[in-house]
Amino acid sequence: MRFWSAVWAIFWKDVRAEFRTKDILTGMLVFAILAVLVFNFAFDLRVERPQTVIPGVMWVAIIFASMLGLNRSFILEQDRGSLAGILLAPVDRSAIYLGKVLGNLVFMFAVEVILLPIMVVLFNVNVLMPSVLLFVGLGTVGFAVVGTIFSAIAVNTRAREVMLPVLLLPVMVPVVIAAVKGTAGILDGNPLSEQMGALRLLIAFDVIFLGIAFLTFDYVLEE
Amino acid sequence: MIHVRGLVKRFGYTVVLKGISLDIEAGESVVLLGPNGAGKTTLLRILATLLKPSAGRVTVAGEDIVRHPQAVRHLLGYVSHHPLLYPDLTARENLRFYAQLYGLPEPDARIDELLERVGLARRGDDLVRTFSRGMVQRLTIARALLHNPPILLLDEPDTGLDPQAANMLARLLQDVAVEGRTILLTTHNLSRGVDFARRVVVLAGGRIVTDRPTEGLEVQDLSRLYLDAVAQEAA
Amino acid sequence: MQNKKWGWLELLTVLAAIMVAVNFYVGLIYAPDPSNLQTEVTRKAQHIFYYHMGMNVMAGLGMLVNFIGSVLYLLTRRRFWDAVARSAAEIGVLFGIGVLVSGSLWARPTWNTWWTWDPRLTTATITILLYAAYLMLRNAVEDPDRQARFAAVYGTFAFISVPITFMSIRLWRTIHPTVFGGGDPAAKGAFALGPHIRFAMQFSSWTFMLVFLLFLVVRVRVALLEERVMALRQQVDAQLSRGAEVDPMEHAGS
Repeated sequence: MRFWSAVWAIFWKDVRAEFRTKDILTGMLVFAILAVLVFNFAFDLRVERPQTVIPGVMWVAIIFASMLGLNRSFILEQDRGSLAGILLAPVDRSAIYLGKVLGNLVFMFAVEVILLPIMVVLFNVNVLMPSVLLFVGLGTVGFAVVGTIFSAIAVNTRAREVMLPVLLLPVMVPVVIAAVKGTAGILDGNPLSEQMGALRLLIAFDVIFLGIAFLTFDYVLEE
Repeated sequence: MIHVRGLVKRFGYTVVLKGISLDIEAGESVVLLGPNGAGKTTLLRILATLLKPSAGRVTVAGEDIVRHPQAVRHLLGYVSHHPLLYPDLTARENLRFYAQLYGLPEPDARIDELLERVGLARRGDDLVRTFSRGMVQRLTIARALLHNPPILLLDEPDTGLDPQAANMLARLLQDVAVEGRTILLTTHNLSRGVDFARRVVVLAGGRIVTDRPTEGLEVQDLSRLYLDAVAQEAA
Repeated sequence: MQNKKWGWLELLTVLAAIMVAVNFYVGLIYAPDPSNLQTEVTRKAQHIFYYHMGMNVMAGLGMLVNFIGSVLYLLTRRRFWDAVARSAAEIGVLFGIGVLVSGSLWARPTWNTWWTWDPRLTTATITILLYAAYLMLRNAVEDPDRQARFAAVYGTFAFISVPITFMSIRLWRTIHPTVFGGGDPAAKGAFALGPHIRFAMQFSSWTFMLVFLLFLVVRVRVALLEERVMALRQQVDAQLSRGAEVDPMEHAGS
């Protein structure tokens, strides 16, 4: 009980503060939209079947926007020294982790809620299908689960903003592949039952790395 | 209340605390002095369970700080020159957040009481980012007192405050000390330290070089004592 | 440090050197050209395999030992395990690059391309990037204890992500030969295993395992010595800054 109330407190504090200023959220969103536009210019997305390129464009936009948000997650706490305040409290370190993961998830979902309809309008491809959203959801969870613990690591390094993508992207390859593959399959008109490989992989990734992060997060925060 | 035995702290290859032993009884107020880099903040952060000792044993109210940090955390209030507050939340939201972390059952009455006490009752619903440095520091004290801890660790709480705000802070701390809390304070302000504490401990080069009561000690004495001790360590 | 001229490390070095020399003979001359390959060039190029696979063994061992060292460091906090993890990662990255280069040289005549986005190749590349990131992380953290902690956590994530990455990339098809009993009809360049080829492969594996062991031992020793030098230097600095006389002999024995 105490555990979940601490998770909720940390989650709610992050969400409350962020939705008040929206500094990071607007940054993430504008970045995601710009990424989509740049892809449009770079690859001329008015190809015959936009479905073939949309999954890749969508996921690259989501990944890089997420990276911005994840980076700020611990940098803000670190720069104000406020992480010490949480560490002083009689709270499990894994509760801090989980609260942060949930906060990051909400920010990433908030960006996607706006980004996906914009993509529908710009490219006339319906990405708002439930099965596509399932892949978006699972992939986003994977990014939040691994990205949160790596951002806690990266914040204590030199060149910390650069460090997070370098650490995160090679570990995230399975999520990128499975999510893009699954999204593409569904946009091609195949049923969800044909994307079970990608789906299972995403679920396995999320579960395995959530477990490892739980086991190792103590070591990241301890000094 | 606080027992430190042979405490050593290394950062990488640098030894910051070189075997500190210190006993502080319940209700004692102690001022910790020393030049920058003497290890004052490190010592306080170890007591606050923010750092792990490299060697030695520290117990707070009988609990080992490495083996039972959660039990110790309930007993400690910690104030540093970092406010540990969120500027984009209101004063009340900040306190409510910490109340939740400490698992306080009915926080609202306690929060009102503390806001009143630190003179911020009317600003409770304003964002902390609109506060002056002095107000932030008073709110920090309220945060540290939230769970009514028997021990207060104060790491240069008056740094960066103008004289008026510093006076207000000193009065507030005096009140708190009267309530029978055990207090360990670091400061660069020698006269305030002598006024406030009954015992003075001087730390230099990672060792305790002086430990004596402040009774009958004038600021000039203390300042000489301090400089001598530091010079001795350097030699 | 040690005064005796011939310790086990020297013996290991000499043994490894002899094995490496013999392994060149075994792989290039003793091992016959595989008879089932179509052209002269692919038959000759197949000899690269003995070194390609050998380096792969080293790279794989590097990742495995890094994982073991990382986990043991987190559990025991002994700096020794951190030195093992770090040394293994360095060897792994170095020979991982060797695997890619030798693989490219072999792929050119066999598959008619330097590079293909095959699961094994892609996984190997991403794995090398993972451990390059691991080394970058180490480089970006000053405090040695913190560096060891972060690296151990990242090493754990990295190792566990490799099989998941491989499975994810297999969502596409493969043309890489499954040398050991694979029945994939799409695989090109697979060769039949005669007794001589089998022996050459085994000999090469043992050779590279021995080289790995030698490199690991030497690198760990260097890493531990580096730490001692840093610690001593810090002590000397501290004493100098206090203006005290520094007696080098006092520390030499400690």
